[in-house]
Amino acid sequence: MPTLFIPIHMRRFTGGAERVEVEGATLRHALNQLAERHPAVMDEIVQGDRIRPGLAAVVDGEQTVEGLRAPLKPASEVHFLRPISGG
Amino acid sequence: MTIIEQPKEYKVIGTRPIRHDGLDKVIGKAQYGADLKLPGMIWGALTRSPYAHARIKRIDTSKAEQAPGVMAVITGADMPVAEAIEIETGEEVTNLAHASDKLMARDKVVYKGHPVAAVAAADQNAAIEAARLIEVEYEVLQPVLTVDEAMASGAPLVHEDYAGKDLGEETRNTNVADHFRHETGDTAAGFAQAAVVVEREFELTMVHQGYIEPHNATALWKSDGKIEIWTSTQGAFGVRSSVAPILRVPETDIRVTPLEIGGGFGGKIPIYLEPVCAVLSKKAGRPVKVVMDRKSVFEATGPTPGGRIRVKMGANDKGDITAAEVDLYYEAGAYPGSPVGAGAMCALACYRVANARVDGYDILVNKPKTAAYRAPGATQAAYAVESVVDEICQALGMDPLDFRLHNATREGDRRADGPVYPRIGNLEQLQALKDSEHYRTPLEREGADGRLRGRGVANGFWFNGGMQSCVTINVNSDGEVGLVEGSVDIGGTRASIAMQAAEVLGLRAEEVHPVVVDTDSVGYTDMTGGSRTTNATGYAAYLAAQNVIAGMKERAAILWESNADDVEFEDGVFSSKHDSELKVTFKELAAKLTETGGPLAASGSIRQRGSGGGFGSHLVDVEIDPETGKVDVIRYTAAQDVGKAIHPSYVEGQIQGGATQGIGWALNEEYFWSDQGVMENSTFLDYRMPTALDLPMIDAIIVEVPNPTHPFGVRGVGETPIVAPVGAVANAIHDAVGVRLTQAPMKPQRVLAAIKEKNGNGA
Amino acid sequence: MTTAPASQKIILNTTVNGQEHQLLVAPYHSLLEALREAAGLTGVKEGCNDGNCGACTVSLDGRIVDSCLVLAAEAEGRQVQTVEGIAPDGQTLHPLQQAFLEEAALQCGICTPGFLVAAKALLDREPDADEDRIRLWLAGNLCRCTGYDKIIRAVQKAQG
Repeated sequence: MPTLFIPIHMRRFTGGAERVEVEGATLRHALNQLAERHPAVMDEIVQGDRIRPGLAAVVDGEQTVEGLRAPLKPASEVHFLRPISGG
Repeated sequence: MTIIEQPKEYKVIGTRPIRHDGLDKVIGKAQYGADLKLPGMIWGALTRSPYAHARIKRIDTSKAEQAPGVMAVITGADMPVAEAIEIETGEEVTNLAHASDKLMARDKVVYKGHPVAAVAAADQNAAIEAARLIEVEYEVLQPVLTVDEAMASGAPLVHEDYAGKDLGEETRNTNVADHFRHETGDTAAGFAQAAVVVEREFELTMVHQGYIEPHNATALWKSDGKIEIWTSTQGAFGVRSSVAPILRVPETDIRVTPLEIGGGFGGKIPIYLEPVCAVLSKKAGRPVKVVMDRKSVFEATGPTPGGRIRVKMGANDKGDITAAEVDLYYEAGAYPGSPVGAGAMCALACYRVANARVDGYDILVNKPKTAAYRAPGATQAAYAVESVVDEICQALGMDPLDFRLHNATREGDRRADGPVYPRIGNLEQLQALKDSEHYRTPLEREGADGRLRGRGVANGFWFNGGMQSCVTINVNSDGEVGLVEGSVDIGGTRASIAMQAAEVLGLRAEEVHPVVVDTDSVGYTDMTGGSRTTNATGYAAYLAAQNVIAGMKERAAILWESNADDVEFEDGVFSSKHDSELKVTFKELAAKLTETGGPLAASGSIRQRGSGGGFGSHLVDVEIDPETGKVDVIRYTAAQDVGKAIHPSYVEGQIQGGATQGIGWALNEEYFWSDQGVMENSTFLDYRMPTALDLPMIDAIIVEVPNPTHPFGVRGVGETPIVAPVGAVANAIHDAVGVRLTQAPMKPQRVLAAIKEKNGNGA
Repeated sequence: MTTAPASQKIILNTTVNGQEHQLLVAPYHSLLEALREAAGLTGVKEGCNDGNCGACTVSLDGRIVDSCLVLAAEAEGRQVQTVEGIAPDGQTLHPLQQAFLEEAALQCGICTPGFLVAAKALLDREPDADEDRIRLWLAGNLCRCTGYDKIIRAVQKAQG
């Protein structure tokens, strides 16, 4: 199952859970599964139909270009980090 | 050059053609922002706050309005009120209210040089004179000038109404805009396994990108409500998407033309002048140009932060790093948003650290809002971490490159902030530095007149920005092509992008004619920054060229009355798979476009993935005068994994230029502040950037471990080379004179004081 | 300094890149302003306006100066050469210009005009200048992009 890594500043919404394994072929499916267990964390990650500004979803080491539609593999890892642009 | 993986045979890629825009730049004909002259154009000038922190009580513009030649005067009251919402410009998040307030203060000035009013007049001198006639009454407030002051209890607040975040919890009455943490493993257990633990605290001051061209902008607010902007920017589309909500006009009504840009290094991603010029233009009914003076560039654009960094690292007697803790306290400037997030991700990126904790603090101070500066946030962190690694090497008696190789991150390793690395070239570039002639040649420990020599190494990491780019290729009847792009060319990217198209099209680099155009004339393209341009816009050019070839195959099929599946393309020649007699060159076919269906243009667009990243290690020999503490760099070598060097000369140039900025940061560059938050060295005389006389040649070793997400294997190049130098110089100073300098810049008086203290005859 | 009305402007007679010019300038205008605004020679760049970056370097009677530190009126009756006048004719590049292109000695290009004027003045006087001498001569010109390596190599290449 894909693993969602919960950033430290969101763990108060996941009962302290650092990582959550969820079913889901896309990031949206996986987050919906997460929301069933920890509803409050969704507001931290999602705004409307997209990842919140100021947050980047990193799937298997790459900042996703598909947002919530990012495909996940059974062994995928998802991190929520700050977006990087650079100089 | 070290080639790690067997490359494909290329005809254009890897060669060194003369850049397409080069001629105009050596004959003085290239048009930079300040060179623009338009019919009816007038000049603007800004009135800026003399205080770092003050409340505006009253502004009287009456004298300025009556001054000779004045056609418009504006204050914050004339600027539209922006919504207090966050928008994404590229991948930066901008709070609109902050962005607007930064351009023109309304109630309170929060940094020295903060604009409070602006004037437009017939010529530049008249505008400057009139701007001086604006009278502002201030209630001066105590400024907050360091991260320590800002975090002290009872500190004055930069923004009284700002809600900060502390590990996700909202906080009030604070200057700490954000505090976050990355954690992996168990650091206490890791330190328990260590044979050596080193803990150090480091301090840095603000430094500036130091581009030679000051910011400038020209705007015309036309009578049909549309706005034209010509400016020196790293990203025309970013200017458009920043200006539109600040002026409360639709993006479609704004056209931004990027003129040639005289350096940026991240500092020309934000906007400073464009909305002000536009509002002045609306009032005056004419195009208005503003060119900043150097003092304002220093005081009121976006330097990179100073701050405080604590590093604790442990290693066992086999040389494995067992644990690390890093605390990064970065100055955001007067609005939230220092590069501490990236600094936290980069801090331990070069090393396998199973047990790690990194805390980042984004701290408001009454200084200019920081902006990106080449690998933003990473150099500060690397200075601290690489210094501590150096101490661990000495404690363990290990060669500094052997230790770095032993602990180097590689494919499959997890970075401290979480993600697992794809194929990266950290090991390969470290090995290349170890194999360099420079490293294999022992250093003579003494120079002339008792000067002492030392050698230092450091490693550095920066990401590969991906982001969005679009390119259109137009086939001309003579068989050459025009390449239309939206990526501002800040250092040779017209060439590196055109070369990738040429490779696909079977043309020479000179037969592709790149042109950088305005925001109405090409598809959306993110800024030139994030080490993304040759990678992502190059990829878009590759796709556009592939689409051109597909279109040309259809034209060959029309010519031969067959179908496109029957046509293949190799070495500039289209041929039929079934009839070996049927061949036509790209050029011949281009001449037949009219009779095979008309003009052929094709685009490529991409949202490129950011992946992998670039590692670069630097080796420096210094010579120190123990009488004065002056440090001279006498030999310098930098190795970097660049994926694939499209134009090796400009890749070397990026590495040499980044190293040089790093050397300046290490040795001389700093904002020197008065106790009232006034920068006291706002000229190039006193803000001491390296000159030709301060440097040796800089050897750049290009290592090529192809990036799997780019068709030619390109990785980002531009930013990584500024990450390692400050740490490398600090380590070389230690090697030379046995003192560990924990404050940057490592200027003569600091080096001298440290030597004296070590020798027991304190300063 | 107060703004002079237009009536106080002066006519500057000077030779720029071999051509005689009559330029209308204010008494307080710098040579940099006169060249850029009145003569339209925008190859002369402003980087700091206080004589510390060298982007505005021009040759005045064969001697290089920061044109931001020279009053326009001081160029009366004198010979000024800017980057636009370096090429011996309209067709052929000066060897320094060609070498800067071949050696990739520019990135953003804003400092390039000043470097070319300064380097030409050096090679006119000391065609065999060594690396240390070139570095010293060019220390008044700041480049923030290249780290100077390729600039020095370009000057050496132009020495032949």
